[in-house]
Amino acid sequence: MDLKDLYRDVILDHNKSPRNRGDLPPPARAAQGHNPLCGDQLTVYALMDGDILKDVRFEGSGCAISVASASLMSEAVKGKSKAEIATLFHAIHDLLTRADAPTPVQLGKLAALSGVREFPARVKCASLCWHTLNQALAGADTPITTE
Amino acid sequence: MTRNANSNLSAQMAKWRSDFPVLQQNINGHPLVYLDNGASSQRPLAVIEAERHYASHLHSNVHRGVHSLSALATDAFEGARESVRRFLNARSTREIIFTRGTTESINLVAQSYGGSQLRAGDEILITTLEHHSNIVPWQMACKAAGATLKVAAINRRGELDLASFKALLSPRTRLVATSHVSNALGSVLPVAQIVALAHAQGVPVLLDGAQAIPHLSIDVQALDCDFYVFSGHKLYGPDGIGVLYGRESLLEAMPPWQGGGDMILTVSFTETTYNQLPYKFEAGTPHISGAIGLGAAIDYVTQIGLKNIAEWEQHLLHHATAQLSTIEGLTIIGTAEDKASLVSFTVDGIHPHDLGTILDQSGIAIRTGHHCAMPVMQFFGLPATARASFAFYNTMDEIDQLVTAVRSAQHLFR
Repeated sequence: MDLKDLYRDVILDHNKSPRNRGDLPPPARAAQGHNPLCGDQLTVYALMDGDILKDVRFEGSGCAISVASASLMSEAVKGKSKAEIATLFHAIHDLLTRADAPTPVQLGKLAALSGVREFPARVKCASLCWHTLNQALAGADTPITTE
Repeated sequence: MTRNANSNLSAQMAKWRSDFPVLQQNINGHPLVYLDNGASSQRPLAVIEAERHYASHLHSNVHRGVHSLSALATDAFEGARESVRRFLNARSTREIIFTRGTTESINLVAQSYGGSQLRAGDEILITTLEHHSNIVPWQMACKAAGATLKVAAINRRGELDLASFKALLSPRTRLVATSHVSNALGSVLPVAQIVALAHAQGVPVLLDGAQAIPHLSIDVQALDCDFYVFSGHKLYGPDGIGVLYGRESLLEAMPPWQGGGDMILTVSFTETTYNQLPYKFEAGTPHISGAIGLGAAIDYVTQIGLKNIAEWEQHLLHHATAQLSTIEGLTIIGTAEDKASLVSFTVDGIHPHDLGTILDQSGIAIRTGHHCAMPVMQFFGLPATARASFAFYNTMDEIDQLVTAVRSAQHLFR
């Protein structure tokens, strides 16, 4: 296994210069994600305009995989409808967990995360932001954890 | 020490290393460099063989049957208890309770001693350096009794602030519980002073020896501690077995913890009389093979000599500290003057989990995360660190490989 499969240039770039990092004031919704195994903490802010995610930000600390995943996610979901985001979520889930996942053409830059599935211990790092975004979209207040 | 004496010790340790089958394999295409001994150490053939021999020839339940196998199993099990007693220099095997591990030993004391002694307004005193397993059981006991948990401070080097400890030791303190060696930083705590200060006020002391037991000679009579707890799997023994040493007078006064077989003398539906020590605290069939494996581990460690082990590990620690310090952007967390053989560190721009994954691809196993010591991490304002923890079977060359791998990680993340 080559480490460059996991740490592709896109991932390293988004880790070093995360896009959409920061917070959004209300009425944006906020949700917190926590990975108790590694201590990663993530807050995702989602500003809705009807059914459309008008703006999204995230803040928190984490490894390169979790920061890059959140950054890539923020670029991918901005301006999308809830249904489109749900489709992306399922595609990402397959990408991270299924070796036989169909070539994710519609994923664009998110496909850079495909190397993660070769490192099972790191799948949660990449998926935490997506679960947290779902929580924010659902408007629930309970912090979500990977456990 | 002279170069010759050093290479002598190195050769001796290399010989012992060959007793560990786990260390003879490749991980991710590279010879395993196992630097996660603080989490769990590996087992020598002597331990593996002792458990296999027990399962193949001696297994039966202990303290029960009149048949020969039960007697053989009981002898082997009680023989292991005697090995533990000798290893800790306890006065009597009545003071040696087998548990599942350090965590269960602490829970036993927190619930039995704490449960019977703690009243509203009382205090338990711990330190900032504790592992979660020496925090949470006391929080639970304090909550049940309406007591308060007090926490002695540490300094930036990761050493206990004795002034803070003294200030918090009060007439309301019912017990002091502190680690002997910090699992997150490696700091050796001044346990002699802690015990003396606490005893001067009539307060008993529990020492969490999970991280000390593989590195330091423990003499519970010299330490004069009231409870000493440790796990077998950090001492080259099996997992699932641990020890609670307790001063006999305290154990006698404590109520049983769990009820069941083995811990009773007579049972009726109206009244039960409890067994004598140590069986009063060993309800149910114990982990017999685990205890026997632990006994074998103690014999093995005794053969090498803890003095030799400590001496070699200190060489490893000094080499690792010196070499890691040459890496730009690397910060060692925990620089206590008296340290056991582990190094906790961070590298600028690389999260410990990424470092852990990258090192693993070179066959190097380290621990990354909060080390079940989140208050320590909070003190240093860090979410996590990387931790390399050394055993006597580690080599200078393995430390050089660690250093090279950290530099490669920096190159990758450049």
